[in-house]
Amino acid sequence: MRVMAQLAMVMNLDKCIGCHTCSVTCKQAWTNRGGVEYAWFNNVETRPGQGYPRQYQDQEKWKGGWELNKRGKLTLRTGSRLKRLLNIFANPDMPTVADYYEPWTYDYQNLLSAPPSDTTPTAKPKSSITGEDTKVTWGANWDDDLGGGPEQIGKDPVLGKLSEQVKLEFEQTFMFYLPRICEHCLNPSCAASCPSGAIYKRAEDGIVLVDQDKCRGWRQCVTGCPYKKIYFNHKTGKAEKCTFCYPRVEVGIPTVCSETCVGRLRYIGVLLYDADKVGEAASVKDDKDLYPAQLDVFLNPHDPRVVAEAERAGISGEWIEAAQNSPVYRLIVDYQLALPLHPEYRTMPMVWYVPPLSPVVDVLSETGHDGEEVGNLFGAIDALRIPVEYLAELFTAGDVGPVRASLQRLAAMRAHMRQVNLGEDVDDSIAASVRLAPGEIESMYRLLAIAKYEDRYVIPAGAGSDAHRLEALTTGCSLDGDGGPGMTAFDVMTEKFQLTDTNGAAPPDKTKRINLLDWDGVNTSGLFPGSGSSGNGSSGNGSAGAGAAHEPEAIG
Amino acid sequence: MSTLLWLALPYIALTSFLVGHVWRYRHDQFGWTTRSSQMYESRLLRLGSPLFHFGLLAVIGGHVMGLMIPKSWTEFVGISDGTYHLVSVTAGTAAGTATVAGLAILLYRRFTVSAVRKATTRGDKVMYALLAAAILTGMVNTVGENLIGGGYDYRATVSVWFRGLFTFSAQPDVMTGIPLSFQVHNVIVLVLLGIWPYTRLVHVFSAPLGYLVRPYVVYRSRDPKRPDANRYARAWGDQHE
Repeated sequence: MRVMAQLAMVMNLDKCIGCHTCSVTCKQAWTNRGGVEYAWFNNVETRPGQGYPRQYQDQEKWKGGWELNKRGKLTLRTGSRLKRLLNIFANPDMPTVADYYEPWTYDYQNLLSAPPSDTTPTAKPKSSITGEDTKVTWGANWDDDLGGGPEQIGKDPVLGKLSEQVKLEFEQTFMFYLPRICEHCLNPSCAASCPSGAIYKRAEDGIVLVDQDKCRGWRQCVTGCPYKKIYFNHKTGKAEKCTFCYPRVEVGIPTVCSETCVGRLRYIGVLLYDADKVGEAASVKDDKDLYPAQLDVFLNPHDPRVVAEAERAGISGEWIEAAQNSPVYRLIVDYQLALPLHPEYRTMPMVWYVPPLSPVVDVLSETGHDGEEVGNLFGAIDALRIPVEYLAELFTAGDVGPVRASLQRLAAMRAHMRQVNLGEDVDDSIAASVRLAPGEIESMYRLLAIAKYEDRYVIPAGAGSDAHRLEALTTGCSLDGDGGPGMTAFDVMTEKFQLTDTNGAAPPDKTKRINLLDWDGVNTSGLFPGSGSSGNGSSGNGSAGAGAAHEPEAIG
Repeated sequence: MSTLLWLALPYIALTSFLVGHVWRYRHDQFGWTTRSSQMYESRLLRLGSPLFHFGLLAVIGGHVMGLMIPKSWTEFVGISDGTYHLVSVTAGTAAGTATVAGLAILLYRRFTVSAVRKATTRGDKVMYALLAAAILTGMVNTVGENLIGGGYDYRATVSVWFRGLFTFSAQPDVMTGIPLSFQVHNVIVLVLLGIWPYTRLVHVFSAPLGYLVRPYVVYRSRDPKRPDANRYARAWGDQHE
C-alpha cells in the first residue's frame, strides 16, 4: 500500500441551473488573456448536446484517453510513444480552433465613430484571432438549453450510443447541465502523452499542472486528454489547463468555480488512495468494471492501518483529518451517490457527479403525478429507461445499475424528508429500501440540500505536507524588529497612529498622559496619575519608589 | 575578403550559435517553443510539415556524412568515388525534393491562411527567407552541379575547410576556388546558424527523445525549500507507474 492524497471534487447535478457563473468567474480569473480567448477551463454544457469542443466524447475521432492493447496492456488510444514521436510534426488527431469555436469580439468603436447616415451603425463581429470580419456560427455553449434543436442535439456522441427510440424521446423530454473542469485524473493521459514531461501530477495534492517553462508546444496533450481540457495557447505556444485554483486551495479556500457557484453544488475534499493499485484498476478488462475498480482504489481514512500508512508516507495529520471529514469521500464511497465522468476513458477521473433526479421528477409532475411520492419516483426511475441509460453512458460506461441505485437513494431522500418536514409519520421502510438508516438519509440531506459552506469545502489549510513548517516560518521570523519586514500589523499601527500624545492637545499638566483610544495594551507608563503634582507618570512613579525605599531607613 | 567570409564569419556564426543557445536556455525557457500554428489550420500542415521535417532530417544526416567523414575513411572501407557520388546525389535529390515540396506547402499555407499569416513575426520572416534560400541553393548544388552538371567534389575542399574550423586550422583560401553556388550556400547557412538561437528554430534542440524511456506519468513535489535550484531536473525524479 502506497498512500497518496488527492483533492477531489463532486458536483451535484440536481442543483445546477446552468447559469454559467462558474465559467465566467473562471475565465476572468484564468483565461482572459490573448491566446486563450477560446479556452474555458470551466464550461457548462447542456446534455444532450455536442459539448465543448464539439463532439469531444467521440474518441473514435479524437483518440483521447487510454485503451487496452491486444495483450491487455494499457496504452494511449492515440498510439505508442514511438508513434507519438513520429507524429510530432503534425498531430493527426488535434482539434483546431474551429472545433472549439472561433473567438470573436465586436467593433464597438464603430458605434461612436461612424459618420452620420440613415441607418443605425452596427458593431460588426470581428475574429479575435485574425481581427477580420467574421460570422458567428458556433460558441462554447451554442446548443445551450437544447438550442439548435434536434439537428444540432442529434450530433451528441452519447446519444449515438443509445437506441433510436430512446434517442428521440430523450431529445423531446430531458435536459440537464453538466459543468466540467479538468478531472485531475489519477492516471492522466495528458501527462502520459507529453513528450517533454512538462505535465506533472503534484505528489502532495494530485493537482495536474503544466510547467510553462518546460512545455515546448508539441500539442500531444491536447489529443491525449479525452475530456479535451488541455488548451493550446496559440500566442505563447504553450499548453494551459485548469489548475484547480492551486493558489487558493493551498491556503485552504475553494476554487473560484466552487466559491462562486450559485447553486452551491460543488464539494471539495481530500481522498486517500492506494497509488500501487491505480495501474491495475485502470486496466480491468470490462469497461463496466472501471467504476467499481476505481472505488476500490480509494482508502478508508478511518481505518487505523490506512492512517498509519498515510503517516508513514509523510501525509500530515491535518490532511488525514481532512480526509476523514471529506464530503467527497462521503458522497463517493459512503453513500455511493457520486459517479465518475466517462470511466471508460481509463484515466481514473477525480471530479465526480451526483446524477440528476430532476428530469424524472419533472416528467412525473408534468404528467400530473406527485413527483415526490416514493412509489411514483421508484416506478418512474425504472419505467423511464431514457434518463437512466443516458446517464449510464456518461457515468458508468453504460452500466445502469449504479445510476439507478444512486437515483433511488436521491428519490428516497426526497420522499423521506417530505414526511419529516410535513410532520407526517415517517415511514422507515423508505430508507431501508435503499439500504440506509433514517439518520443516514438525514445527514445525506444536510450535506446535499442544506450544504453549508464548511460542509461543502473541507480543504486543509496550507495544502501540502510542509504547511506547519511554513507556518512556523511566517510567525517566527528573524527579521521581526523595528522597521524590519517582520513587523506586525500592530507595530505598523503603533507607528502610524503615534500612540503617545505628541500633538499638544493635552492639558498642560498632563502632556505625557496616554489617550486610551491609542493605548497599545502593553505599556502602562502614563496610564495612571502619578503621586507627584507634575502629572508625569514615570517620574511620579520614580519618586514614589524612592520615597518607599527610604522609609525603612527612617523607621530603622 | 576570403579571411572575412571563410574565417571570421564562420567563427562569429558558430559562437553566436553556441552562446546564443546557452543564453536563451538559461533566460528564456518560457519562450522556448515550436510556436505551432496547427490550432489555426491542420489540413495543409499535415501534408507539408512531415514532408518538410523528415526531408530535412535526411538532408542534415547527409550533410553530417559529407562534411564530417573524411574522404580517406570512405576510400579505406572500399567505397569508390563513383559509388559515393551516386548514393549522395540520389539520396540528396530525394530528400531535397521532399524538403522543398514541404517547404512550398508550408510557405503557401503561411501566407494564404489569414490566421497563420497574422501569427508570423518579423523574425519569422527573416528566418524563413534564410531557410528557404539555404535549401534552394543547396538544391542547386545537388541537382544543378552534381546531378545535371559534371559534379563537384566538395569533399576535397568544403569538407576539409569545415573540419578545419574545429581544429583551428582552416584554410580560407581553399574556399575561394569553389563554385559560386557552393559559396553562396555556405554563406547563407552560416548566417542562418548565427541567428538560429534567436528564432523559433531552437525547438530543434528540444527534440523529446527522453519520452521513449520516461515513465508515463510524471510526479513532482511542490517543494518550497528549493524553488529554483534543479528546477528542471526535479521533474525526472520521484516518479512512478
